[in-house]
Amino acid sequence: MLRMVVCVKQVPDTTEVRIDPETNTLIREGVPSILNPFDAHATEAAVQLKEKYGGHITALSMGPPQAAEALKKCITFGVDQAVLLSDRAFAGSDTLATSCAVTAGLRKIAQEDGLDLVLCGKQAIDGDTAQVGPGIASRLGFPQITYAIGIDKIELDQRTIKVHRRLERGIETVQAPLPALVTCVEEMNELRYASLPNMIRAARYKPEVWTAADLDVDEESLGLHGSPTVVARIFAPPEREPGEMIPGGADDPAGAAASLLDKLLEHLAAGAGE
Amino acid sequence: MAKKNKPTLQIEAEKCIGCELCEAECPFDAIHVVDGVAVIDYEKCKVCRKCITVCPTDCLYLEGVEEGEEEKQPEIAVSTEAGEYSGVWVFVEQEDDQVHPVSWELLGRGRALADTLTCELAAMVLGHNVQAAATESGYYGADRAYVIDDPVLQRYRTAPCASGCITLIRKYKPEIVLVGATTLGRDLAGAIATELQTGLTADCTGLDIDQETNLLRQTRPAFGGNIMATILTREDRPQMATVRPRVMEALPRDESRSVATVAEPLGITEDQIATKITGFQPDTDLDAPNLQYAEVICSGGRGLGNPAGFKLIQELADAFGGVMGASRATVDAGWISHDHQVGQTGSTVRPRLYIACGISGAIQHLVGMQTSDIIVAINSDPNASIFNVADYGIVGDLYQVVPELIRLAKERNLKEALLGQTTSG
Ligand SMILES: Cc1cc2nc3c(=O)[nH]c(=O)nc-3n(C[C@H](O)[C@H](O)[C@H](O)COP(=O)(O)OP(=O)(O)OC[C@H]3O[C@@H](n4cnc5c(N)ncnc54)[C@H](O)[C@@H]3O)c2cc1C
Repeated sequence: MLRMVVCVKQVPDTTEVRIDPETNTLIREGVPSILNPFDAHATEAAVQLKEKYGGHITALSMGPPQAAEALKKCITFGVDQAVLLSDRAFAGSDTLATSCAVTAGLRKIAQEDGLDLVLCGKQAIDGDTAQVGPGIASRLGFPQITYAIGIDKIELDQRTIKVHRRLERGIETVQAPLPALVTCVEEMNELRYASLPNMIRAARYKPEVWTAADLDVDEESLGLHGSPTVVARIFAPPEREPGEMIPGGADDPAGAAASLLDKLLEHLAAGAGE
Repeated sequence: MAKKNKPTLQIEAEKCIGCELCEAECPFDAIHVVDGVAVIDYEKCKVCRKCITVCPTDCLYLEGVEEGEEEKQPEIAVSTEAGEYSGVWVFVEQEDDQVHPVSWELLGRGRALADTLTCELAAMVLGHNVQAAATESGYYGADRAYVIDDPVLQRYRTAPCASGCITLIRKYKPEIVLVGATTLGRDLAGAIATELQTGLTADCTGLDIDQETNLLRQTRPAFGGNIMATILTREDRPQMATVRPRVMEALPRDESRSVATVAEPLGITEDQIATKITGFQPDTDLDAPNLQYAEVICSGGRGLGNPAGFKLIQELADAFGGVMGASRATVDAGWISHDHQVGQTGSTVRPRLYIACGISGAIQHLVGMQTSDIIVAINSDPNASIFNVADYGIVGDLYQVVPELIRLAKERNLKEALLGQTTSG
């Protein structure tokens, strides 16, 4: 029996984020929040492992009260239980403070139920840092196996896990002892449709909420206080100088193409002479 | 002067980026970020102004305050512990005797940072038989190389490599540590920064030194890439950042430069490492595009209308001797694989020539290609933002313009012309 925890995050659906062309700012109203797509694959991986080896899955998230929705989504996948870490003390966390709070949550789960495997998405699509998974592994002292595309096998009696990882130049297979932490990429699995019973269960499900006081953690290492990095300045991205428009694209495409090539060759020749 | 009403806290919602700093700062639980925007609870707000001082976008303000009455922002102190730390370090990523070029690019940037701080630039080289990589790091700008050479490090594994880096950092106390934002680098940097309990900023696109405080200013796209954020690690050391390949520029290789080498033992034996690599299957897909280091990229966007449009883009790329890129819209639609995606969530590219066909020029696309030498845009919409960054723009139907461009490029042998240019340039 495998004791698993999936760490998930609720993120804005970035494919829906639009910019106001007048003010050049983000239009946030109406942007739906979703379960971070990589975390969905991590959740599915846990469910498939449970089907194969038996076990128990907890989904764990840190976020505002609305993040309960992302956890309910995990319940539709077939997760057994969900816990939300929610407290004003967590607000303003950077990746170091986030991994601190999530690790404290994992420790509490481990104490109560035991813990063999932590699964995370490879990164969250809103920040794209890929730092929280390794952060949790370091804090727990678990081997970290990032960029997993498949779990080859788990030997429950030997307490080992064998995982395929997607690297830049190929696929690596590693074996590590349990407990371990695995971060998943989308190649890990295909998401399935939720079953009706799971959907019904999710609709009624209320994740347990833990505050900082429920965790054995120093408040100084949480939220803004526990975040070494600070945002000092925010500005609009610098724009490149606009260049030259070549006429004729609509009524004389051949002419426009020819004039573009002339200019390109001239530009390249000038550049090479510099 | 007549006394105004009691001041109230106001928010310019369109400036708010939902960073939650105000929420964290508020002692009265009176401000919350809901759906990405700060919302004020007037029942609880005591108008203490704490939130105003932390807001990075200045979107919070007091209404009903007379001019000149506003308080100055308190300065935030820089720690003194920082003084012990000195030097800029770059992690040299190498596997199978091959150094990832991002390491040389980081040394290029690191050189400028070290010169500004008047400190040493060092390479951190871990692996087995890595003397050549250490020497090479000197050619690319390093003054010193800290080397751990051990058979245990033959193939990268997080635990021994991170442990070696941590030993070096604890012993020699660099002020700044830069790591490539590659698969390996991201795996490593997060582990090191957590163990050292210091700040780590991912995917920086700009790194420079603040003249007053000597802090490393780490600039990266934030909140969906629509805005840039400059991030500081004020107190903890080292200040750590990852940077993607092709964002910084390497210095020309100079064989006359030499590097002082400091060797340290790893202090870990194979039997102490629980994780074993049991297999490696190299990619055989030779068609996989190497976008990051391509000299010419021809990209297609949703304006292609259908997946078959990429055949035309491939032909264009062939005619120019380049590789094929794509916008995320086409990747999301399943028209082409993610390896081709250029932009914030794809590759950052810096070719000599970038041709964008039917791409609108969303900021997330632009951040991945706007440092290209020459940008050409072909788009039917004269107001498309891609034209704001293009050196040459053609307003027209790509299906009319691109075939002509292919025909002429072949006729005039542009591929050879470009090749000649790039090798001499
Ligand atoms: C967090 C986040 C990360 C993102 N990361 C990326 C990223 O890495 N890379 C990326 O590209 N995007 C990214 N995006 C998405 C980005 O915001 C845009 O949605 C996307 O780039 C749009 O792709 P497009 O230009 O192909 O499509 P569209 O915006 O739909 O533009 C299509 C263009 O084609 C033109 N057109 C139509 N027909 C023709 C024709 N026949 N001939 C010529 N022109 C024609 C139209 O005028 C239009 O300008 C990201 C978004 C978010 C929120």
